[in-house]
Amino acid sequence: MKKNWKELDIALILKGETSKDFKTGDWRSEKPIFKEDKCKQCLQCWLFCPDSSIIVNDGKMMGIDYDHCKGCGICSKVCPFDAIDMEKEEK
Amino acid sequence: MKDHFEIRWHGRGGQGAKTVALLFADSALATGKFIQAFPEYGPERMGAPVQSFNRLSDREIFIHSPVKNPDVVVVLDQSLMDTVDTLAGMMSGGILIVNTKKKPKEIREKYKIDDKIKVFTVNASKIALEEIGVNKPNTPMFGALVKVTGILDFEKMLVDTEKKLKLKFANKPEVIEGNIRSIKRAYEEVVSE
Amino acid sequence: MRKIVAKTGNEAMAEAMRQINPDVVAAYPITPATEIVQIFSNFVNNGQVDTIFVPTESEHSAISACVGASASGARVMTGTSSQGLALMHEILFVAGGLRLPIVICEVNRALSSPINIHCDHSDTMASRDAGWIQIFSENPQEAYDQTILAMKLSEDLFLPSMVTTDGFIISHAMQKLEMYDDKEVKDYLGEPKTPFNFLNLDDPITVGPLALQDYYMEIKVQQSKFINESKKKIINILQDFNKRMGRNYKVVEDYFMEDAEYAIVCLGSTAGTARYVVENLRKKGEKVGLLKIRFYRPFFDEQIMDILKNLKGCAVLDRSDMFASTGGHLFNDVKSALYASQKHPIIRDYIYGLGGRDIDIEDIEEVFKDIKEFSTNKNEEFVKYITVRE
Repeated sequence: MKKNWKELDIALILKGETSKDFKTGDWRSEKPIFKEDKCKQCLQCWLFCPDSSIIVNDGKMMGIDYDHCKGCGICSKVCPFDAIDMEKEEK
Repeated sequence: MKDHFEIRWHGRGGQGAKTVALLFADSALATGKFIQAFPEYGPERMGAPVQSFNRLSDREIFIHSPVKNPDVVVVLDQSLMDTVDTLAGMMSGGILIVNTKKKPKEIREKYKIDDKIKVFTVNASKIALEEIGVNKPNTPMFGALVKVTGILDFEKMLVDTEKKLKLKFANKPEVIEGNIRSIKRAYEEVVSE
Repeated sequence: MRKIVAKTGNEAMAEAMRQINPDVVAAYPITPATEIVQIFSNFVNNGQVDTIFVPTESEHSAISACVGASASGARVMTGTSSQGLALMHEILFVAGGLRLPIVICEVNRALSSPINIHCDHSDTMASRDAGWIQIFSENPQEAYDQTILAMKLSEDLFLPSMVTTDGFIISHAMQKLEMYDDKEVKDYLGEPKTPFNFLNLDDPITVGPLALQDYYMEIKVQQSKFINESKKKIINILQDFNKRMGRNYKVVEDYFMEDAEYAIVCLGSTAGTARYVVENLRKKGEKVGLLKIRFYRPFFDEQIMDILKNLKGCAVLDRSDMFASTGGHLFNDVKSALYASQKHPIIRDYIYGLGGRDIDIEDIEEVFKDIKEFSTNKNEEFVKYITVRE
C-alpha cells in the first residue's frame, strides 16, 4: 500500500538504500545465465554491470541478482570466457 | 504646529550630504528624541545634486515620505542654488544655512529670499580645506547647524561625532582631528544678517 | 543589556544576523541589499560570529549553497533584492519543497525592465508562491525583530522565510532601534534545527528523490496542509516573541478599525505614513482605519476578513502590478478573503509607488477621499493608478 500525504515523511525524505526495495527484475526480456564451470573469476561482469546485479562473495562471482537485473546483456558481452549466456525470459 | 522638526540637506554627490544626515540623527538620538535620517538616491554620481533628510520628534515617527516642508535647509554648495529649488516648500520662519563666501544679505538679495526665512552663511569649504585638507563641507555645516538651531548640546555632539568618526576612519587620526576642528570653527564662524 | 542605537534597515538586519550567528551565509551583492551581507562579512572577518561566509558568483549559486548547507543541518541565511531574488527563483521552490529553514533578508526593489534600483514589491510578490513565509517590515526596528523571529519560525516550522524591507525607504533610512542583548537572542533561538541532515553517515537518507504521478501530489498536499496549519503556530510563536521581547506585534495589524467605515490595507513602510494620516483624520472625527499586513505569506485571510467585513469602503494599496488587468497582488488576495463573508465592503485597488515613486501624506489623504466617493458611486474602474502622471 502506498502511503498517503499524512503518512509520508516530511518533504519525501527517505531512508538510504531504498533502491534495494525496488525490484527492477521484471523489466527484463532477456535473462543472463551464469555458467560457473567456464568462469575464471576475472570479475569483468561485476565491473561493468550498471545495476550492481552480479553477486560477489569473498571476491568470487556467485551468480546473478535476478530481483534487480534488467537483462541488458553487458555482462555477457564483456565476459572473455563465454561464461554468461543470454536467454529469452520465459514467464 | 508641526509634529516633526524637519531638515533637508542639499549637496553634490561626494560632499557627504547623506553621511552628515546620519551623523546628525545619531547625535540627536542621545538627546532622547525619535529620529530619522534618509537619503534621496538618484543616479549616484560624483557632483550630481543630491538631497538627504532628517526628522526629529518627541514621539515615534511613522512617516516614510521625503521632507516637503523643512524647518531647516542646509546647502552644502552655494552653486546648487542656481539650478536646484533649494527653498522649495520651506516653512515660514524657516532657517537657511549656506556654505558660501558671501554674507547672508548678499545671498538673500541674489536669490530673492522671503523675509520670513532666516539666512545664515559660513565658508565651510574654506574651513574644510584648511582643517581637513579636502573640500568636504559636511561636518563643518553640521557645526553651523547645531549653533544656529541650538537643537543639540554642542559639547555632547562633539564627543558623539568623534566616536562615530573613529569607527569610520580608524586608520586616519588626522582626518578625525581635522573634522572636529572644522566643526568647532564653523560653529564659531557661522553668521546671520 | 539592551541598547538604544540609531541604525538603518540594512544595519539593523546585519546586526540581527550577527546575533543569530548562522553557521553558513552564502551571498552575492545587489543594491540596495548589499550592505546587509557586507556589514555581516565584517562580523565574520572580525571573528564576532562563527559563520562560514561563502561569496558566490551569482544569486542562483548563493541560494543553492544555502540549500546544500541547510540540508546538512546548518543554520543558514542570505540577503538579496530584486533581480537577485528573481535569479534565485528556481531554487526558492526547492528550499520550500524540502522545507529547509533558510532565512533571506530581502530588500524590496523593482524588477527590470526598465532598470531601476528603487522600492516596489514586484520582486517579493513574484516569489510569493514558493512556499516561503513572507514578512514585511515598516521600519528598521521591525526589520531587526522580524529577522530574529523569522529564524525561530523557520526552525520551529521547517519553512523557509524571507523578511523584507522597502528599498532605500527603510534599507537606507536611519531610525531609533532597540537592540536585544546578544545572549537574549541566543537563548531565544537555541540550537539550530533542520528537518534532516544528509551528512549523518550513521543514518543515510535520500533527499529530493524523483516523485512522479504516484507521489508528487501527496508531497505537495502535505506541504500545503502544513502551511495551512502553521498559521495557528505562527500566531503562538509571535505571541511568545512579544512576551519575551516586550513587543506588541500581530500577524495583521488593525489600527482604529473597531468603528471604522473606511480603511486602507497596505504593506511595509507605507503603513507608517498611512498610520500618521489615519491618526490625523481621526482627530477631525473621520471614521477611518488602517490594516497593516505583516505576514503576507501565509495569508491570514480569516483575520483579514473579520477586520474588514463591516467597512463601507476598503482601499487596498499595492506597490506591485500583476499585469493581468485585475490589479495588484494584495488586492486580489484581500478580495478573495472577503468573498467568504456574507457582508463585505466596496473594495478598490490603488497601485502606487512603482520603482520608488514617493507616496506622500497628501496621496494617502486623497485615497481616503476617493474610496468614500467610490463606495457610493462606483462609476470608475476597480483598479486605479495613483502617484502617476495622467
